[in-house]
Parts: sequence; structure tokens; C-alpha cells
Amino acid sequence: MAIAFTLNGKSTTVDAPPEMPLLWVLRDELDLKGTKFGCGRSFCGACTVHVDGEPERSCRMPVSRAEGKEITTIEGLSEDGAHPVQLAWQEIDVPQCGYCQAGQIMSASALLSSNPAPTDGDIDEAMSGNICRCATYNRIRAAIHRAADIAQAPSATSHETATGAGGSEA
Amino acid sequence: MNAVDKKGNLSRRGFLHVTALAGGGMLLGARFPLDGARGAFAATADAETALNAFIRLTPDGIATIMAQNPEIGQGVKTMLPMLIAEELDIPWSQVRVEQADFDASKYRGQMAGGSMATPMHYQSMRRVGAAARAMLVAAAAKEWKTKPEKCTTEAGAVHFKNKSLSYGELASAAAEIEPPNPRTVPLKDAKDFRIIGQEIPGVDNPEIVTGEPLFGIDVTVPGMKYAVFEKCRVHGGKVKSANLDAVKASPGVTDAFVVDSTAEAGSAAPAPSMFQVGLPNGIAIVGDSWWLINEARSKLEVTWDEGPAASQSTAAFDRQAEELSKQAPEQDLRNDGDAAGALASAAKTLEAAYQYPFLAHAPLEPQNTTAHFHDGGLEMWAPIQTPQFARGDLAKALGIPEDQITIHLTRMGGGFGRRLYWDYMLEAALIARQAEVPVKLVWNREDDTRFDYFRPGGYHYLQGGLDEAGKLTAWRDHFVSFGEGRRFAASAEMMPNEFPQGFVPNFALQASKMPLGIPTGALRAPTSNAISFVVQSFIDELAAEAGKDPLQFRLDLLDAAPAGTRTAFDPKRMKAVLELVREKSGWGKVDLPEGTAQGVAFHFSHRGYFAEVVQATVSKEGELGVDRIWVAGDVGRQLVNPSNAVNQVQGAALDGLGQALDQEITFDGGRTNESNFHNFKLLRIDQAPPVEVHWVMSDNQPTGLGEPALPPVPPALCNAIFAVTGKRIRSLPISKHDLSWA
Repeated sequence: MAIAFTLNGKSTTVDAPPEMPLLWVLRDELDLKGTKFGCGRSFCGACTVHVDGEPERSCRMPVSRAEGKEITTIEGLSEDGAHPVQLAWQEIDVPQCGYCQAGQIMSASALLSSNPAPTDGDIDEAMSGNICRCATYNRIRAAIHRAADIAQAPSATSHETATGAGGSEA
Repeated sequence: MNAVDKKGNLSRRGFLHVTALAGGGMLLGARFPLDGARGAFAATADAETALNAFIRLTPDGIATIMAQNPEIGQGVKTMLPMLIAEELDIPWSQVRVEQADFDASKYRGQMAGGSMATPMHYQSMRRVGAAARAMLVAAAAKEWKTKPEKCTTEAGAVHFKNKSLSYGELASAAAEIEPPNPRTVPLKDAKDFRIIGQEIPGVDNPEIVTGEPLFGIDVTVPGMKYAVFEKCRVHGGKVKSANLDAVKASPGVTDAFVVDSTAEAGSAAPAPSMFQVGLPNGIAIVGDSWWLINEARSKLEVTWDEGPAASQSTAAFDRQAEELSKQAPEQDLRNDGDAAGALASAAKTLEAAYQYPFLAHAPLEPQNTTAHFHDGGLEMWAPIQTPQFARGDLAKALGIPEDQITIHLTRMGGGFGRRLYWDYMLEAALIARQAEVPVKLVWNREDDTRFDYFRPGGYHYLQGGLDEAGKLTAWRDHFVSFGEGRRFAASAEMMPNEFPQGFVPNFALQASKMPLGIPTGALRAPTSNAISFVVQSFIDELAAEAGKDPLQFRLDLLDAAPAGTRTAFDPKRMKAVLELVREKSGWGKVDLPEGTAQGVAFHFSHRGYFAEVVQATVSKEGELGVDRIWVAGDVGRQLVNPSNAVNQVQGAALDGLGQALDQEITFDGGRTNESNFHNFKLLRIDQAPPVEVHWVMSDNQPTGLGEPALPPVPPALCNAIFAVTGKRIRSLPISKHDLSWA
């Protein structure tokens, strides 16, 4: 069945069984490997993408539901990897294994779109669906705060929080 | 595996790593010969010059450094090249890092395990960089007709008086220089370090944050099919018959067949190795879409021969352990003094039974391997911590020579010890051979949770004795574990010199074992991740019984080893981290509200000294929150990459917290009951407190950080819960206990 949607800004049509989860269409039909398979049951958030700007678990979303929607994956979050969340993630040196981070970044960027200055409590609430098995949670919090700062002052490319990555930060 | 002797020096075997590494270079055209023969160095066609198996230089001055070890998130892909770049004396901005394939002819110790990369390679990788630097200096000195000793290096260039030549300019000439002996090449003084000790972000971060394909599960090979593998839910069970035709008719399925390597392997079965894996048996489904073939599994109707493990269950283990605890132990692991006599004459005695559950590793990237037979050999792309062991066993199981197996190392979505075992690689290879196409085998989460090499559960029946002054005089532990005969199941053993051995005059460690038909293995900080909970919780009980502050009781105990006693670790280093964590946490000094308390624990493992304080709040209704964790660690005189060091420690501490709070694997009828993250619960961000990390920089060789920060957290948390509620947590996970108090 042909299903048409906008993927990372481009019109896309795929021929796939309508019940096939969007995750597997992205990974195996469209060769976009950034969106990750972790659990297949919406428990871990590794497969998070944006559907019309909202975070969705693509492992449980039948591709038929993508019809006419605007889908954004980690590959399309920015043209050049310079989304404030992507910059902050590198500045704070968040990843360990890195496998969950695409999903974390998609959830974090959706959070910042609706809440440009989240508190720790807001972050915990918005991000609790995304498991990081390496438990980089301290740095995920720090990076979301940093991304909020970058987004509010895009010209500020300072490394003022760089020491926060390695110090004995809380 | 141990390349470091008791004094922390590189042993002769440690040097052999370098020797062999260099000798390995000879096989590649004498690039880095030890015997001093002039190497066949020449700029390659693309103007790159290989100074040795690790370093390529291009005329633009960019050094491409090979990262030799498998990356599981421990940061080794950044850390090992930092060591080379430091001694090469090139700015990090001019360094590119590439992941090396597994290649035993070039590299030694290509393994992720045991927090070994730093102690094993801290010197050898620096020698690689220093040798290359010496060649560049010699080339410049020759050009300027001066002595190498008169030249200096800085920022990727050699300098002499007012002259300078960049490494890029010198690369081809350096390739003609006789390489120095890496054993004697001088290394920098630590005060001159420009890269070691700097916070260098992970080299793959730009790819990770943009979703580039880095992981095993992302691999694609032309003509590749996908595969899934259905195994008997009972561990060790085998296929008797299956409705393969019905499955073959399912959408997306191109093939389905029984894989029974036990039938074909015969005498070629792998000899037991360090990380033994069983021979696969199950049903392979192959096709054009992973999702479709995974869906087709629901159509399978299989008759299984369940085998002997079908009678095993967690409840039966619990009953059997209880019975064994009442009998004389099977074996003595250690007997100092007279524990029984000292217990009988002690002023106060305590008895307690502790237990902990089996655990899964649950790396977030499910097990996978891409396998392709071509040109008489087997090419694989695999997330594997132990490629050398894997290749050896694969060669035997498949009946092909080791040198016909190529293993490309992919970045791994977590390891935690799970990928020390290569069962999924063997499955992929057998499926690819039988299907006669390249296949990518991908497990689903349920496979990954059910078919693990689990951290084994265990049971400890403890007795402790105190004298009138509250000093520990006797310790007895009857450890009921798993295994048969004299042999413990993998990671189900206990070190005979486990703390407090040596610190208490009368110490008995005894063991009994139960046979186990379920695979077990090493989970991050193996044995320590469980034993620390038992030992450091019971010590807390003894401190309370003695009426002493639990942290001071530990400091006193660390002073109790008579001079000259051989203990498992240096008590002075442990006291130093305990004292630091006391200071940083405000232990005993801060006023905490009702319902909030701190608990403390320490543990030595993987050469690391860690003392940790957990502050927890428990409501009267029993709701638990963890407020903060303070970590004090000592891993020697140098953190190679402080940014990653803190990240590892925070992650390890929170991993320990997740285990303690809510994780267990249970069995019924030889089957794993848990299947996915709803019933095997990993820690989430809203449960993750801030983790403060502090260091004692002791004058010792640098050691690793992937593991040793984990073990103190479960007991420190349980001790904090006791301090609030008066309830002792003697079995994990904590979620099974009613913590209400009034």
C-alpha cells in the first residue's frame, strides 16, 4: 500500500504493509538508521521521532498513521547538526554508548519547542519515557538546560559550561 | 589478562603486548619492526604515510589514529587515541580516529572487559605515539643536519632554532627512519601533558547526535537478508519438529529452517573457553523485512525437547538454598583463626540471611550480527567485546580456519558484559551458511531479556561476632551459590580474600552449590556487584549492634589488619576515599529532615577504590526517593579523560541504583519470566539523583573506571533506608519490600 508523508521536509511515498511500524519503514525501507530499535513496545523511547512536531514512539506507530503527516527524524532535526540540542549534547559530552541518544535528542527538542526554559522537574517528566541504559541522566538534564540557553542566545557559542561536563557537577 | 603486577607496574607480559604489537607491524610490511630493520615505508598512493599500525599521517598534517579496542560506551575509542596523540605531540584538532577491525596480527588486547583498557594500555599506547614522534624528529634532524636531541616538537611540528617542519611535511621522510625500540623510547613527564588530563568529548559524538549509522544493528551489506531466531524458552531446549511450511508462506519470509549445530558440530564442538557459549539450536526465519519475519514468529508451532532445565525455578532455588544453609557447607574457601570458637565466645553476635536475584544485562541495542560467507571465508560485522575469543570458538564450531574469519568491530549500544559472549554471532554465521545469503540477525527485546548470560543470584548466611568494645572479632559466611563439583557457575564464585578477610582475626568463608541449567556470566563489576551488597550491609548491621557510627566503624575496621597482613587491597587508599566522601557528603554534620538519612558503603574492585554515600528519603507510607549520591574514588595519579571519567562513574553509580531498586530475573519451568522493560525495569531519569564525583589522586598507576563505582551503591542505599525506617533490606530488589514506618 502506498503511503505518502513529509519526511525531514521532503515529500515521500512508501509502499509498505499499512500495519508496519514507522520505525521499520524508516530503518529498513528508507535506510534511515538514526532512529533506533530498543524494545518494540514504546517502553524505551529509542525510536522517538516527531510527528507534526510532537514526540512519538515510531516502533508502535503503524506507517498508515503517517499518511499526510510531517515526520522528522534525527537525520532531519537540523541541516548541519547545529540544532541547539545537538550542540549542547556535544558540549556537555552526554553520550556513553550513544544508542539511545537520538531518541533522547528528539524528546528533548520537542520539550524545548513547547517549553523553552524547562525546570529539572519539567525535564524529568518529559524525558522519563526515554531510557538511557548507560544512565547519562545527569548530563541529559545539564544539556537540556544548556540547549535552552543556546536557543535563547543563538550567537553565544561560548564554552562556559564545558567544564561542567567533567567537573564534579551535580 | 593481568598485565599489571602487584606494585601496579607493567609486567614483562605487559611489555610483551608492545613487543607483539610491534612484531605485528612486521607482518604488515615491516612498518614497525623491533629488530631495527629498515622498514619498507613509503607514502601510499593517496599520499598517506603509515608510521605504524596505529598512525597514518597525511601531508596536511592530519594524523589518523586507529582505535584498537571495541567501544561499548566506556569511552575507549577516544581514550586510547588520546594516549597516542599525547606522545606524538600533535594537537587533538589534527587527530582523526578510526575504529580498527579485529586483527590479532596488528593489535593486542582488543577486548572490552574488566576495566582493563587503562591499566593494560596506558604505557603501551603512549609508546606507540612516542616512537612515531621520534621518527619524525629524526627525519627533521637529518634534513637540518643536526642531532635529534637538539630538536623539539610542539603542535604537530618539529622545531630547531628558528626552523620548523610540520609532521605532514616530514611524514614521508620519517617513514624511511629506523624505528626506535618502543620499550626504551622516552615518554613525557606528566607535567608536560597537553591531551592526557583534558576533557575531550567522545570522538563519535557528532555522528551520534545526527543519527549516523555506527552500530552493529545499522549495518547493511548488498544482497543481505534479515534473520530472526526462535529458541526454546526453556534454556538448553531443542527443536523436535515445527510447521516450517506455514511459516515459509508468511509475508516477507523467504526461508525458514531448523538450526541444529549440536548435530553437525560433533567432535568440532568448541572447547570450553573463558566465555563459553552453547551451540545454537532453534528455528531461523529469513526474509526481506525484519519486522515481517519477526511477525511470522507468531505463526510458529514448535514441539520442543525442553531438556533438564525445565525443572528449575527461582522458588525451588530459594527452598534449596534454605535447606543447604542448615547443612554443613560443601567446601571451605577460606579459614582464618577459629570463627566458630570466636562466635561462641563473642560478647555480641548477629546472624542474617542475605540474597540477591539473577539480573539481565539489557544493553539497549539488541544482539545482532551481520554474517557474509564469500571467497571461502566468513566476514562479520558484530557488536562484540571479545572478538579474539569469539573468532576462536566460531572457527571450531564452523570448522573453518580462524584466519578465514574477518570481524569488523562496530560501536556497541552498551555492553555491560553481555557481549563478552558471542552466541548471536554463532547463530548469525550458522544461519547465513545454511541460507546461502548474507544475513543480518537481529534479536528482539524479548529474545535479549530471556536469553542472557545472567548475573547469577546468590544466598549468604552470615554470622558476626563483636567483643565488649564493639570490635569485630569473628565473621562467617556460608555462601550458597550455583555450580557443580568444585566448579562454580560463571560469575557465581567468590574471592576467598573478599573483605573483611584479613581485617578480622577469625574469618570463615564456606560455600555450597546448586546445579544450574541456565547460562550465567559477567555483569559489570562481576561478583562485586552482588557481594558488596551483602558485605557492606552486614557490616552496617554490626556497626549498629556495636552502637557505632557506620562510617567510623568502617574506618576502624580498615585499621584492624595487623601489620604485614596480606589483604585484597591497600587499606590506606580505602580510608582516604572514605574520609573524602565523609567530608563531601557532610556525613554526620548536616541536619536532615525527618524521613531523610544517609547510608555509606565502600568496595574495591577492578583496582579501583570507591566509597559512596547515598541520601534517601522514605515517607511514612514507604515511598522511597533517592536524593543524591556522593562518590569518592581513587584510580591512581592520572585521569586520562576527566569528562568521560565522571560520566562513567555517574553511570555506574546509577546502574547500581537501578539494580537495587527494581531489577530481578526469575525463572519458572526453566523459562525466564521477564521479557521487556515493563517487567525488567531500567532506571529512568525521574529516578536518577545528582551524582557528585570526587577524586583522591594517589600516586599509583592509572586504572579503569567502567566498573568499580557500581558496587557500593546498593548497600549504601539500603543502609540509608535502615537509618530512616529501622528496616534492614536483606534481599534485592528493594521494590519487593514494604518500607513504611512510623
